Amino acid sequence: MDARTFDSKSLLDSLFENGILFESGIDGLYGRSGAFEEVIEQFERLVTRLGAPDKATRIHFPPGMSRATLEKSGYMKSFPQLAGCVHSFMGGEREHVQLLGMMADGGDWTALQKATDVALTPAACYPLYPTVAARGPVPAQGLLFELSSYCFRHEPSKDPARMQLFRMREFVQIGTAEQVRSFRESWLKRGKAMIESLDLPCEVDLANDPFFGRGGKMMANNQLDQGLKFELLIPVTSIEKPTACLSFNYHQDHFGQTWGLKFADGEFCHSACVGFGLERVALALFRHHGPDAAAWPTAVRDVLWSA
Amino acid sequence: MIDQIRSLLEQHPMIPLNFGALADDANLYDAGLTSFASVQMMLALEEEFDIEFPETMLTRRTFSSLANIADAVSQLARKAA
Repeated sequence: MDARTFDSKSLLDSLFENGILFESGIDGLYGRSGAFEEVIEQFERLVTRLGAPDKATRIHFPPGMSRATLEKSGYMKSFPQLAGCVHSFMGGEREHVQLLGMMADGGDWTALQKATDVALTPAACYPLYPTVAARGPVPAQGLLFELSSYCFRHEPSKDPARMQLFRMREFVQIGTAEQVRSFRESWLKRGKAMIESLDLPCEVDLANDPFFGRGGKMMANNQLDQGLKFELLIPVTSIEKPTACLSFNYHQDHFGQTWGLKFADGEFCHSACVGFGLERVALALFRHHGPDAAAWPTAVRDVLWSA
Repeated sequence: MIDQIRSLLEQHPMIPLNFGALADDANLYDAGLTSFASVQMMLALEEEFDIEFPETMLTRRTFSSLANIADAVSQLARKAA
């Protein structure tokens, strides 16, 4: 946890040595210490307190969502490489014997599993849109939600800031283009001020999602050209390539069209979200302020523990 | 060239635009072209003309009108010839 040296492998080792994270044998899946969880809890309170004046409806989703919803969302068009689908054994006794035989022989026993109706949630807001659409027309003043979910992305890495299972907190605004853009503007300001109040170095920059393949390069360019995504970056594992800890996304009417989210007059809704990568923010705090949260600067502790 | 491109794209099931009714310089994004449909368009053009768009050309502007697409395709086809 020496702030002078930045590299992902040594940061991960140091987190293990300090008992902040625990190895699981799989890159990107870790146990969290009580101290780490307490930092996340306090940070979540801070986020909720900052958003409280807006009176969002709070929904906590589980890490699994409807596979049909994921399919309809278009996620597989953009990020097939990151998605995960839950499979289970659905055979009879005969197949069970076969399965155990395959396991004993080191064969691919997972071939005997079948896809369930559950997919792993890739971002906290994916399960939200059909839930909202089912409630009928969106009121003229729009809708605001505060969401939380464990999320999965298949990208194993030694970089502790790139976990496969991590928590995301989000505010999602559904409304007119103007409403959602001003929501995003306000969170760009609030988010930066919040991170600065924790005495973390940060910058906000235009960004793109990791769309799949060569076509994805084009989608990324489109996203950049239109200024649809911004990220708040904090150096965590590298100074040259700081980590995106908050992201601010304008979806235009993509989800409105996909899910039939409309106002009473039939006009499609636009949406935007601000996402907080909770583990990433916690890692940034441990990286910059040291392994012992009790010894963090008083100003930082005051902001977090008064939240 | 433009007519060949127009008829190719018109037949594409994943690009729901009425290319027959669009002028050569009409903005395809204004006509409803989505990012994902523009990727399908890029892949269909590469297959039809046996070309590969370099990363520098994978921009919104390259695919913003039939005229721009024809320019890009003929530029790449010339290089390949």
